Amino acid sequence: MKRKYISRHSLMNCLKKVQTDGISLYAPVTRGEQTDFRFITSVDDLSFDSVQTVRSAKAVAFPCSEKLFSYTKEKNDVQLQDYNPDVLPEVLVFGLHPCDAVGFGPLGSIFNWDTQDKPYNERRKRLTLISLACTRADEYCFCTSVGGGPGNTEGSDIQLTPIQEDGYLAEIITDKGNEWYEKYSSFFEEAAEDIRKENYLVEIPVKFNIEEVERKMTELFESDIWQLQSERCIGCGACAFVCPTCACFDIQEDAHGNTGNRIRCWDSCGFALFTLHTSGDNPRSTQSQRWRQRLMHKFSYMPERLTVVGCTGCGRCSRACPVDMNLSDNLKMFNYE
Amino acid sequence: MTNEFEPKVLAFVCNWCTYTGADLTGTSRIKYASNVKILRFPCTGRIDFMLILKAFANGMDGVIVSGCHPNDCHYTSGNFHARRRWMLFRSLLDFLGIDIRRICFSWVSAAEGAKWAELVNETVAGLRELGPYTEYHRVANFLSDSPTEARKEMEEQHE
Amino acid sequence: MNDLISQVQSLLENKTIDIFIGYEKGTRKPRPAFVSKAEEAGKLIFNENCSGNLAVYLTRKDLVEGKKVGIAASYYTLKNIILLFDENQLKEDHLRIITLSEKGEIQLLQSLEEIKQRLKEMSAPAKADEEEWVRKIDAMTVSERWAFWTEELSRCFKCYACRAACPMCYCTKCIVEINRPQWIQPWASVFSNMDWQINRVMHMAGRCSDCGACGAACPVGIPIHLLSHKMAEAVKENFGEPDEKGNVLSTFKPDDKENFIV
Repeated sequence: MKRKYISRHSLMNCLKKVQTDGISLYAPVTRGEQTDFRFITSVDDLSFDSVQTVRSAKAVAFPCSEKLFSYTKEKNDVQLQDYNPDVLPEVLVFGLHPCDAVGFGPLGSIFNWDTQDKPYNERRKRLTLISLACTRADEYCFCTSVGGGPGNTEGSDIQLTPIQEDGYLAEIITDKGNEWYEKYSSFFEEAAEDIRKENYLVEIPVKFNIEEVERKMTELFESDIWQLQSERCIGCGACAFVCPTCACFDIQEDAHGNTGNRIRCWDSCGFALFTLHTSGDNPRSTQSQRWRQRLMHKFSYMPERLTVVGCTGCGRCSRACPVDMNLSDNLKMFNYE
Repeated sequence: MTNEFEPKVLAFVCNWCTYTGADLTGTSRIKYASNVKILRFPCTGRIDFMLILKAFANGMDGVIVSGCHPNDCHYTSGNFHARRRWMLFRSLLDFLGIDIRRICFSWVSAAEGAKWAELVNETVAGLRELGPYTEYHRVANFLSDSPTEARKEMEEQHE
Repeated sequence: MNDLISQVQSLLENKTIDIFIGYEKGTRKPRPAFVSKAEEAGKLIFNENCSGNLAVYLTRKDLVEGKKVGIAASYYTLKNIILLFDENQLKEDHLRIITLSEKGEIQLLQSLEEIKQRLKEMSAPAKADEEEWVRKIDAMTVSERWAFWTEELSRCFKCYACRAACPMCYCTKCIVEINRPQWIQPWASVFSNMDWQINRVMHMAGRCSDCGACGAACPVGIPIHLLSHKMAEAVKENFGEPDEKGNVLSTFKPDDKENFIV
């Protein structure tokens, strides 16, 4: 791994250069009280100071609505316009935190678990991730409890750590990151040998023992803990939609007479409609069953089948929840139950 | 052949008054603008506000909604109920920035063939001045555009 | 707080209620809490920060069906309770309401009459922020308003938190779940997000307490409560204060204004 230094000023110039090279920039932007990922046209819109964006960066590889293919009916024939990856842009995702970069791991595992998902993989292939290590956190953050950390480099191509007001330590992590670095090396300087990254990172306390949670959860499938935890859940999909690893989707038809599009859009296991059968039967008919599914999927099924926990500890679900279903508080309960 | 803009207008009318009125316009041999397509409903009370939005989404430049005069409703009060709904609907659309000059509400009775012709002509003339309505149609069709267009939905906008 | 706790405890102990819907300490703000055993009542709190509208739980069958319910009610919760009664969603003898007086004292309301009386005495919380924004948007041109709302709605990802948080959105089958015909496209886009909001606000017209729970619930901060507030204003302007005669869209007056109809 290479260690370099880049000043804030050079960084901004570098990003401008990236844009003139035709690479799209997806980065946090602050509007009012919220910071969120947007495609930006001017680097001046960039926001460096947020603890967390409202949404995760996953939409850049897994958009909330995406056209999979189109068709045209002509007499007895159907013309198909298949998914065309050639028009997809190269994207630099800048300023995401380690919990977001690491989230592309579980997301990729889901999209390649059985079938290799073309739209996801094609988009993912065109992404470069430059993450920003965390110097700030809030009470919702719990990455250290799920195997991550404020300076976790997993998933990032390059990671920047703010080491002074106007400069960053740049760690070049992957081959892709290195290619990127080689291309823009003129903006970087040598980093001092004695920089200790840990000194600049925020401390995030460990809130629960993840192995214990995984183990207990399986034992407690029939317990009334789920009912207890989910009583106040109002069944919206906010937690799933802001989550960096939630990948459930629905397939819909956008038909207009003889032409139409097949569309994939986000769905959430928190919705009653999610498991409703055509017969009218709903195997997950209560909110507590749906809450159990959400937690079990992330902390039991995914570790079991994909060898990866479906949670990066970003805390977004808890921040977004209209009724304060705090995930780490609820997971903590599994350590004592 | 002129290149003049021809507005596309959809008229939602009730069966008992305006549809019969429009029929009278024809049988009276009154000429009026051919830009309008007429959809017949049992009553103005049946005209769901979503139908008006669907018209715009499918590329209409304007909409006419018409039925029986107050107290003349075949079902006694359908038009009174519709009138209340339109009041609130208009105020909401206006607040959202949808140009309510493109929706014309009217009462045309079965005897008012001439009024129907006048209503259509005036609506079409008004729309001609306003020009094509593209905004609503454009957002409705974002998926048929290229991914770059679709991506604009995720882009930071500047004032 | 001891008043509240002992009040709830005695209601539960003498079986006046089976479950109490109140607030407990949350991560940053008080959050909804449910108590069905007297010994659990100790966690309850009730103060001016308890702003979430708990009336949303009164139509949740899995929670309250067949039970006698006690609820901690703020101004808007009371308003919603009345509206739910009007729509035959609640039974009077199944509800006990605890509310705060101006001095922060706990009050117990036992009948619909008492709720209505109490609501008359209370003053509606100020809506200065909403009013200012509505004025600001009203002052824009049509195309500015369109630009404002399409930009705001471009962030919507259709989690339906606005629907879930609304006490009056109690339908078991919502229009967005109907696909024959498909009135509203189920995927997120500016267009279908706008269609959804128009439907939500139209379906709430005259039934909305203007509590703002929809806007507060939106995780991406779209000010959709302004649409609800604007609608409440339009209802008031056109049809006056609510009366006992029913919802504004299920009633009419022959002389309703019609200056927009040619």
